[in-house]
Formats: sequence, structure tokens, C-alpha cells
Amino acid sequence: MSAKEYRLTSALRGGLMFVRGVPGIGLGDRVSVRDPAGHRRDGQVIRTSEEMVLVQVFEGTDGLDLEQTWIRFLDQPFEVALSREMLGRVFNAVGEPLDDRPPVVSTLRRNVNGNPMNPAARTRPREFIQTGISAIDGLYSLVRGQKLPIFSGPGLPHNRLAAQIVRQARIIGAPGTFVVVFAAMGLSYADASFFQDDFERDGVLGNVVMYLNLASDPAIERLILPRTALTAAEYLAYDLGMHVMVILTDVTSYAEALREVAMARGDVPARKGYPGYLYSDLAEIFERAGRIRGRAGSITLMPVLSMPSDDITHPIPDLTGYITEGQIVLSRELYNQGIYPPVDILPSLSRLMKDGIGAGLTREDHSRVASQLYASYARAVEVRNLASIIGTDDLPDTDRRYLDFAGSMETRFVTQGENEERSIEDTLEVAWQLLSLLPPEELTRVRESDLAAHHVRTQTVLSP
Amino acid sequence: MSAAPGRIVEVNGPIVTVHLPQAALGEQVWVGNLALVGEVIGRDGERAIVQIYESTESLAPGQSAAPLGHPLAAELGPGLLGNIFDGLQRPLTEIMAQSGDRVARGLAIAPLDRGRRWNFTPTPGLQLGGAIAGGAVIGTVAETETVMHRILVPPDTGGELVELAPAGDYDVEQVIAQVRGHDGITRPLRLYHRWPVRRARPCAGRDRAAVPLVTGQRVLDTFFPLLKGGRAAVPGPFGAGKTMVQQQIARWADAGIMIYLGCGERGNELVEILETFPRLTDPHTGRSLMDRTLLVANTSNMPVVAREASIYMGVTLAEYYRDQGYDVVVVADSISRWAEALREVAGRLEQIPAEEGHPAYLASRLSAFYERAGQVRTLCGLPGSVSLIGAVSPPGGDFSEPVTSHTKDMVQVFWALSKELADARHYPAVDWTESYSGYVEAAAGWWADRVDSRWNTQRAEALSLLQKSDELARIVNLVGPEALSAAQRWVLEGAALIKEGLLQQSALDEVDSFCSPQRQFALLDLMLGIYRHGQELVDAGVPVQRLLQLPVLTRAKRAKTAYSNSQLEALGAFATEAGEAFRLLGQEYSGSERVAP
Ligand SMILES: Nc1ncnc2c1ncn2[C@@H]1O[C@H](COP(=O)(O)OP(=O)(O)OP(=O)(O)O)[C@@H](O)[C@H]1O
Ligand SMILES: [Mg+2]
Repeated sequence: MSAKEYRLTSALRGGLMFVRGVPGIGLGDRVSVRDPAGHRRDGQVIRTSEEMVLVQVFEGTDGLDLEQTWIRFLDQPFEVALSREMLGRVFNAVGEPLDDRPPVVSTLRRNVNGNPMNPAARTRPREFIQTGISAIDGLYSLVRGQKLPIFSGPGLPHNRLAAQIVRQARIIGAPGTFVVVFAAMGLSYADASFFQDDFERDGVLGNVVMYLNLASDPAIERLILPRTALTAAEYLAYDLGMHVMVILTDVTSYAEALREVAMARGDVPARKGYPGYLYSDLAEIFERAGRIRGRAGSITLMPVLSMPSDDITHPIPDLTGYITEGQIVLSRELYNQGIYPPVDILPSLSRLMKDGIGAGLTREDHSRVASQLYASYARAVEVRNLASIIGTDDLPDTDRRYLDFAGSMETRFVTQGENEERSIEDTLEVAWQLLSLLPPEELTRVRESDLAAHHVRTQTVLSP
Repeated sequence: MSAAPGRIVEVNGPIVTVHLPQAALGEQVWVGNLALVGEVIGRDGERAIVQIYESTESLAPGQSAAPLGHPLAAELGPGLLGNIFDGLQRPLTEIMAQSGDRVARGLAIAPLDRGRRWNFTPTPGLQLGGAIAGGAVIGTVAETETVMHRILVPPDTGGELVELAPAGDYDVEQVIAQVRGHDGITRPLRLYHRWPVRRARPCAGRDRAAVPLVTGQRVLDTFFPLLKGGRAAVPGPFGAGKTMVQQQIARWADAGIMIYLGCGERGNELVEILETFPRLTDPHTGRSLMDRTLLVANTSNMPVVAREASIYMGVTLAEYYRDQGYDVVVVADSISRWAEALREVAGRLEQIPAEEGHPAYLASRLSAFYERAGQVRTLCGLPGSVSLIGAVSPPGGDFSEPVTSHTKDMVQVFWALSKELADARHYPAVDWTESYSGYVEAAAGWWADRVDSRWNTQRAEALSLLQKSDELARIVNLVGPEALSAAQRWVLEGAALIKEGLLQQSALDEVDSFCSPQRQFALLDLMLGIYRHGQELVDAGVPVQRLLQLPVLTRAKRAKTAYSNSQLEALGAFATEAGEAFRLLGQEYSGSERVAP
């Protein structure tokens, strides 16, 4: 294909450009668009036939017109240049610098879509990451190579939590930490600078690559940004052997952009206007986390999403939960009680926890303790609901202990400072102090030997 | 390629329109410079609508295309077990050897290893010149330590046996027999043959399923049993434990052959099987679990059209082992992802959607798939079965959505997982009110013969106890526990024993991960025994508070992890001890004056 410029746009609609009379254009090819003001925009072919080519313009189609818009088909897929020099830099959705420094030069360029990872090439993530946050380490342990999202809502401290995790994450007994790929989609300027400042304060900016699309930036760009960012992450992890933590925020803005384009294309909607392929589309992104056999590095993925109307059954959190390996759910109720981090104990889950904990990894009783904490807390929540109807006076003694336990779980176990780092031993220590609030007969998920070793049978009131 | 008869006209995601007058519906076609393969799903005059199994990126109108002359077919022969294939039966380990960590496009790799030789033993007594029917066994090879692979005459290839190779080592391409068909044409037979995946393999007849599939999971076997040759669905919201249930079945079920079908789900879940199964021992054969397992994997990040094909690939492989006389179990995770693949293709074709964007033919396709399960008399005369167990992932956990509700019409066993139970870490989170099995009566005969004649009544009693307790719990939530009588308080405790001591079963517990039918019944009997002892005492006026303080209650709830499958005697001794504790307590009260209840 020549790099000839055409001026054949026949229609413009919702970020899409319909180009007539240019046959032989490949699907997914990169397109360069020159708008009437002479500025360049990026686009991509999303449907192609002998008669018509459909181009998605990342910067949107506002300000384009049919007569003075020029298009160049580049006959190549979307690629980014990759090099170690990406570390410490800030880029836009397609990998162009936003930090007033020159573009990354490298002979190594890769297609941002890549080919799907062969499941047989993977190896199970299983190294426990100590985040220093009791709720996570104790109940929803994260392992290196896992994809574990934060389900949040507007106004909840998901950014602070994500930043704290990035700051404190470490592998017990192993030197070095993570490099961070930070991919922001539709983030407010304030939130973006919160992260930037936090990385700077922590002195890790040199180990961070940022891809920014702010709330004020064109929405369609959000569709390519996570792919660009993960292509970089894969290079750092699998070519250079680094352990990469990818923060993807906010997945909701991404999905909304996808819906916008789907509607403009006339795709059949599945639920709430989101296209049926939202699941596969998100999976293409999230499944890029993991570990590969025989490779030193890893990609740990932490997507952040805000649940519209705090509704966990909304398609975005729902489909995300169906793809990721667990979820950390934040609770508005806890947050309103002043609890940080407001981790909602029951709906949160880490599916890879079982591989990363236990003897030699964290502690032998860890999984039983976690199981007992959830079970007792679930029971305690039932008691609490009951108490809200009949009052506490009529409750049997055991039930009153459960009420105490629930309160302490929230205020002593979950609650901790934004700069407080607890070792896993400390976390399990607090856990046993709380379990000791309950009579040993109630604790059927731990072993008799665990009780003998850790349960404070004296039932004395805990000193704070 | 210049002589190719076809030309790409349009590329729309996985759907490619090709100017190609000759290709038939269902026929495979290659398209474009990478020779990507797909199949014809529609015709429009001179044009064929082709769904492509791989990403169509960079495909352009004008590139060539040509038909391949056959539909998507499976290669059926030794060398399948222990392997992992994609939805098109390409061996993923071999793909890795050729293209590295990622699945490159346009690779054509034969499913069965051409270099491997198998020791073939012809079936004794076969006469040259004699008649041999399609589906007959012409010989065997030991495929793994536990599985004897019967080499079958392809179902559509009966006739006169004119040649049969002697015992010896052969690779899959070598001719081991010749059969002259009724049309007079002589056809060579090899250790493998091909079969189109969208067509069910024939059998001599269908039988009623009668034998339970023992999964070792109490809530499944004891409460909602599945039979060999039956169909089950595992619906539930994300994180409720569908995959865990299916992996537990894949690990512990007494299946002759296990096919794990990862359809649009996570890569790591397949790796977990690949990494753990070879080291695990099958409790029924004592050999490595991998010896009787094969995986078909089209993970969520792999192309959707191959995902749509993958369930047919899986069930065709299952039918092939069934035809050799095996009880085959297919666990498919998840049928919803298959339905989504179907929906995506329908959407691209601009077909009018019925419910939630799904095409109107969703129900008929689903039922055609589930129809391939069953207990059969095979063409070779042996009994065999295919059991299908499909996970369903309803959007928002809403069971009224199309895939769940259609599936419900097609299965006899419904293992409904609940978010509430999963949130409380009651695993497996099988909801005892929403779930059902249509096979209880059939299973009861087996349990009575093999385990205990009281199985059916005990099971019913446990379920009714759970139900009573659920009703009481509703009352408690309105007016508090004080409103309950002593007998009612004891019902709550009885249900707690059933839930904690029986229903809850951690997949991660070494002792309890697999529970033999004998131990399942012993635990059921233990819990109900305790409940009845207590009931008598409560009726006799012993304060329920005293009963609740008995240490044997806590020990009974822990019995499942304290006594292994081989410690049934000790478990029996504990049951006696528990009975004794109640007797002693009763004595304390019968001696003195009776206390008003
Ligand atoms: N029988 C069990 N024993 C112990 N843990 C269990 C059991 N069943 C489920 N779990 C826990 O629940 C988690 C989620 O289970 P699983 O991955 O099977 O859910 P799922 O229903 O398949 O979800 P998705 O639809 O997202 O794939 C597991 O990682 C495990 O922690
Ligand atoms: Mg699952």
C-alpha cells in the first residue's frame, strides 16, 4: 500500500469515519488523519470492505468535515516502540511523550494487540506479596502475577488504597520491588497528580511508566491506552525480567468509551447498552497479567473501577469479576464510619490466595484463620441484623460476643493507617486476638492445635 | 495462491465475506495471505459468509481464499489423553514449541503426534473375509497406564475385512487394516480416523442412566446426585465456586475418561490442572489423574469463533471414548461464554436478536449440545456414557436470564450456587433450596445396594431439617430467638450440624477433598443420630442449653476432617461416644424430677 492521502470521507458519526472507494485496506491498520486545521489524529480500521472502510478516530471526529479531512492508510498495525528508557516517562494513549522529552527510539516495535498468550505457556502465580495491609494480606492475599481489581465507587478512597499497595508491596525475603505501569483512563487531573505526587514523594518515579488519558481527553483513546500500557508491561516483564505492577484506572471509563463506539457502529447491545463482546474485550486486556514458564518477570494487574450506583451487578463490575482472580470491594458504609481502608469483608475475595499462603510461604495456620474470620464475621453480621430488630438485651451471651467481634474486625483488623505497614505475622496476631473474643467451641474451621497455640482462652478484654 | 478461486470482499471482526461460489455450508475455507481457516456459516448468492477461527487483523479485501473440501473435524486416535488442545484440536504444547509463549496465527499442526509409535494388538478372532461393522473394535493400544484405547472402525465404514496388520508398533498414519465397503471400494484404516465435530456420533441405542457418578463431594452425591450419562448445570455468579466444583469433579469423579473444557475462561485455571493433575492419584484406579484426562482450552483471550467450536470438539472427543466403552465426563466451563461467542457472531451478521442480544436459535443449539450426553449401547456392543456438566455464568447472577433459563429446561441436575453462601464461605456454595436432581430415585437403588438401605430416607430427613431450619430462621429474624421453643432451637442446631459437618467441604483440605460414599453416609448418619438423640432429650425436658454445651457437637462438626476415608471404624466409635454423651446427660435428668419443657 502506498502512503497516499485520500479525501474520501463519506460520513462522520460518533468518532467513526466512513471512507468510500479505497479498496484493499487491512483490518486493524493504523490510519493517520489530518483535520481541516492541519492537525494530525490517529485512527484505526475497524471494518473494511471493497466499498467502504470504517475508521475509528481516537481523538474523536469533532471538528472534522467531509471536504477538508485527509486520510492516510499506513498499512501497518498499531505498534509502540519499546525500550528500557520508558521507565520514568509519561505518555499518551498511543505512546507519544507527554513530558516534553523526545519520543522513545527503539528498533523494537510491537503490535499493541499482540497474539493471545498460550495457556500452556503459563505458570501458576504463587509468590505471596505482602502489601502490609491486614485486610488484604490476611483475607485476600495477592500473589505475583495475579489480576485483582478494586471495586469502588465515586468518592471512595480507591486511589489512596492503590497508592498504598504500590508503595508497600514487597516479597518477603526477596530484594527489589516492583516497577509500575500506571494506565489512567478518564482520570481527573487531581487524581492523576495525586498518583504522580505520591510516586515522586516515594522516590520511585524512575521506576514508573505512566500512560495518561484524562477526563478532559478524547474518550475513544481509552480503547487503545490499556493495550499500549500492557504491551510496555509485557516488554518490561518478559523481555527484561522485571516484576511489574500495572494499575489500570478507571475501567468504567474504558467500558463507557467502548459502549459509545459500539452504539455509533450500531452493534447489538446485550445489557444496559453495553455490547455483548464487552466480556471478551476486557478479557483480552486482563488476561495479559500472569507469569510465563521460564521467564523471570511477572505482571500483577490491579484494575480499579467505580461501580455505577455502587451496584456490583452492573455489567462492568460483573464482567470484570467474571474475568479477574478475585476482587477487593470497598464499602461506602464502612467509609462513612471513618474506616480506612473500607474493605468490605464478605464480598471481597482472592482466588489465588490458596497457592500463595501456608507453611513456608506465610504461616501454617493462615488459610484456616482466614476461613474462620470470614465465617465468624458472616455469622456476626447476621447477629447484627437481628440486633437491629430486637435490640441487644435479648441476645444470648454468645451472640453478644459476635457483636463485639464484628466491631473489632472492622476497627482493629481492617482499619489501619495510610502509612502503616503490618507484617503478615502482625496481621495474623491481630486475627487471633479477635478470634479469642469468641468461645473456642464456635471456631470449627481451625484445628484444635491452632486453638491450643493461639487462642487466648482467658477471654480477658482486649487491651487496645 | 494466485489460482485461488475466491476473493475477500469484506472483513468485519471474525466474519469475512468471500466471493466464492463453490463452498458449501459448514465447509472449511482458508482466507488471506496468512491462510487463516474458518467455516462457511451462510451464503448470499455468489458470496460465502465465513467465520474465521483466528484474529482477522490485517486481513484485507482483495486477498484470496479457497475452500478446503471438508468440515471442521476431530482426529480420533491414541495420543489424546494427557494433552491440552485448543478449540480446533491444535496441541497447545506443540504450538508453544513452534511459536513460543503466544499463539501465532495461521499455524497448521496435526492434533496427533505423527512421530509416536503405538503397540497395536489386533482383536483376537477377527477373520479376514468376514464382515466387520462400523464402530467395531479391530484392536487395542495401551494409550496410558490406565486406559486401553480401542481402535474403532469409523462408524460410517463397515464392510468386509480384507486385511489386518499383525501385532506390532505402528504410528498413526500407518495402515493397519483394509475394509471393502458395501459400495465395493476398499478403504484403509489407520490408528485414527476423523469425525466432523458438529455431527453426533452414532450409537446402537440409548439406555436409561442408572449408576451415580461418584464425585466425592457430599452435597452433590448425597443430596443432588448425577448419574453417569446425565446432564447437569452449575449456575452461579462470579466467585461462587463453579470452577472449583468442576475441578473437584475433574479430580475425583469415578470417570473412565475426564474431559475438561475451558471455554472462554481463565488461562491460570487450566495451568492449575496441568500442574497438579500429573501429581495427583486417582482414588479409583490408584494411578496419575492425568492418565485419564484431556483438556480442550479456548481461554477468554483467545478468538471467539474457535471458542464457539470448542464445545463441539470436546463432546466429539467424549463420544469417541464413549464408543470405546468408557464412561466419559465432560466438564464445560463455561457454557455462557460459548453462548456469548454465538451471540457475537449473530450480531455481526445483523441477525435480529431475541433476548439480551442472543439469537433466536440459542435454545435449539444448546439443546442439540446437551442431547449428546447419554448412556448408550455403542456400535461395538459395549455400554458407554457421556455425562455433561456445564457451568453457567449468568450476568449479574440473575438466573432468569436466557442462557440459565434455557439450560434449566435441558438438564436433570441443577447445582445452583448462591452468592450469600459463597460470601459466608460456605463452600461448595450449593443452595439446597434452589438445587435439584431428577435422579434421586435412580441413585437410591445404587446407594441401597452399595452403601446403606437407609440412604434415601436419611437424605430426605436431612433436607427437611434444613428446610425447617430455614423457616425458623425467618421467624428469628423477625422476632428474635427467644420466640422459639426448645425443640425449635434444637432444629436450628441440627441444621447447623448438617451444614457445617456435612454440606461444607473444603476442596483444599487434604482429608476431606474427596469423601467416599461410605464416609458420606457415615457422616450423614452421625449428624442425624446426634439430632435424634437431642430431640429425645428435649422432649424429655432436658434444657436445650445443656445440649448445646455438649463438646461432642463441635467435634461432630470437625469429624469430616478428623476421620479420613479409611478411618470409618474410628468414625463409628466417635458416633457411639456421641450417643453415650447424650445418654449420660439424659440420665442426669431422668433420675431427678422432670423439668417442664
Ligand atoms: N469447595 C471449595 N473449597 C474451598 N474453597 C472454595 C470452594 N469452592 C469455592 N471456593 C473458593 O471460591 C473461590 C471462587 O471459586 P471459583 O473460581 O470456582 O468461582 P467461579 O464461580 O468459577 O467464578 P467465575 O464465574 O468468576 O469463574 C475459589 O478461588 C476458592 O477460594
Ligand atoms: Mg470459574
